[in-house]
Amino acid sequence: MKLRATTEGRLTQALLIALALAFLAFFLLLPLVAVFSEALKAGIGAFVAAIATPDAWAAIKLTLLIAAISVPLNVVFGIAASWAITKFSFPGKSLLITLIDLPFSVSPVVSGLIFVLLFGANGLFGHWLAEHDLKIIFAVPGIVLATVFITFPFVARELIPLMMEQGKDDEEAALSLGASGWQTFWHVTLPNIRWGLLYGVLLCNARAMGEFGAVSVVSGHIRGETNTMPLHVEILYNEYDFVGAFAVASLLAGLALVTLVAKSVLEWRFDLHSGAKH
Amino acid sequence: MNRRAIVSATLALGLIGPMLAGCSGKSANPNAVELTNVSYDPTRELYQAINPAFATYWKQKTGKDVTFRMSHGGSGKQSRAIIDGLEADVATLALAYDIDAIAAKGKLLPADWQKALPDNSAPYTSTIVLLVRQGNPKGIKDWGDLVKPGVQVITPNPKTSGGARWNFLAAWAYGKKAGGGSDAAAEAFVKKLYANVPVLDSGARGATTTFVERGIGDVLISWENEAFLAEKELGKGKFEIVAPSLSILAEPPVAVVTENAKKHGTTEVADAYLRYLYTPEAQTAIAHAFYRPRDPRIAEQFKSQFPQIPMVTVDKDFGGWARAQKQFFDDGGVFDRIYTAKK
Repeated sequence: MKLRATTEGRLTQALLIALALAFLAFFLLLPLVAVFSEALKAGIGAFVAAIATPDAWAAIKLTLLIAAISVPLNVVFGIAASWAITKFSFPGKSLLITLIDLPFSVSPVVSGLIFVLLFGANGLFGHWLAEHDLKIIFAVPGIVLATVFITFPFVARELIPLMMEQGKDDEEAALSLGASGWQTFWHVTLPNIRWGLLYGVLLCNARAMGEFGAVSVVSGHIRGETNTMPLHVEILYNEYDFVGAFAVASLLAGLALVTLVAKSVLEWRFDLHSGAKH
Repeated sequence: MNRRAIVSATLALGLIGPMLAGCSGKSANPNAVELTNVSYDPTRELYQAINPAFATYWKQKTGKDVTFRMSHGGSGKQSRAIIDGLEADVATLALAYDIDAIAAKGKLLPADWQKALPDNSAPYTSTIVLLVRQGNPKGIKDWGDLVKPGVQVITPNPKTSGGARWNFLAAWAYGKKAGGGSDAAAEAFVKKLYANVPVLDSGARGATTTFVERGIGDVLISWENEAFLAEKELGKGKFEIVAPSLSILAEPPVAVVTENAKKHGTTEVADAYLRYLYTPEAQTAIAHAFYRPRDPRIAEQFKSQFPQIPMVTVDKDFGGWARAQKQFFDDGGVFDRIYTAKK
């Protein structure tokens, strides 16, 4: 009886693993292979030439700039928000948590449209901006705004459960021993959350570079100026420049792979760290 | 308190920094001018050829350098973006209605903009043709073959695509003529035709990619210039162009977005740029990009390139774009009726 149950269990186990692997291969591995093989179809030379065009360079630089602005902003916001939520109690706390999740539940296209409605020529602040010759929509600030909006849950969402679990005992101990607020933050809180924070930063960065929908709405698609990498991929594809499109896409995919590896390393360190602590 | 100050300072820096950078990036050199051309999808190759030629011409004429910022997308979407503040100096869109919208909703150019340049402000024309796979396996000769059972037709969504609206009107014109001139016959015809459409892409380029790259469908209703391009870019021998017995004269218009040009101080160069499109050099480039040139002499030179097709026009046969838009494509119009009735 016992034996049969085990055999059946093994069979089910094997089936489940096979199913999961087949699923992964079909939905993740196959497209990844396709991206790289299409990119290299015409040889390494064509691949390099496609990436070295001024428009592709501009897109790469813009993407890096957007990430360089929006990730630090979200780190500050994420730490501040999760600090407030986990270390203090105040009315409206659960509302704040819900609001932080908002970008996850709103379609990216809608997120983009929100900014068009606010800052577009006929938007709420459109007139004022035009008078002061400030450009937000269809320029870099609009793309930054949309990206910050889309990515702000990543860091906070990573930190809130972690800080909730850690509680505020360590901070209270530090404060009672005479540490200042900043000292407590730098020497107690930050070391406690650093792995979780790094993990959040990675996810945030990956999304900031890869975001398409919201950025597409506010970008204006001006070549060499307001096209990020994902938008540039679409443009190249629509110009029948398949090698170019897949070459830029493979850079994005490469970024995803690096993120994945970094994430695994972090998870491993994180486990080690928290394992050692307990 | 301290923390809050730092947070808000960082926020301010992060947002305002690039905003200022965006402003100061311009007008560094008084001899250099920048033109933003917001266009529709299939003109990429055309303006890639025209822009450097105009830059040379302008440099010779005035000694000034002109550089271009190009933006391409579905015509309706681009029109919307200009209304929302995409600062185009010139709009080169798929149909007059989309520039009318910029005049009406954005108040960025005069309502009679179409009189500013010759030939209804359309320096090039095109028409709607049928693109089939090599050997024409389904034996498609004309519009009538598109409503046969088992024929898959690819055309984009007329709600979002300018080209799709031309496609629809061309089909309507054929249906009306074939059915003895009644609107009811035309409606029955397009209803049957759209019942054979498996997927409505949002733009002309998307529809072409669906047909050419993804291999979906038996026939693509397409801009003539797109059809030639698909044939040329992907090698001869994969597709054939079928000229229908009746089509429509498509006049993609161009206009200076006068308010934006005034603001940027580009009125003169923007106007010269659009007038340049009517010169023999530009008209030749236009023909090379498979658009039909307006200049009769250049048209004569490229006569063999384009099939002779009898064409209706929007103004004569549909009472102008404003009327056609309202009757066919606005919410509750003919297209909504025939396409929802399909399900």
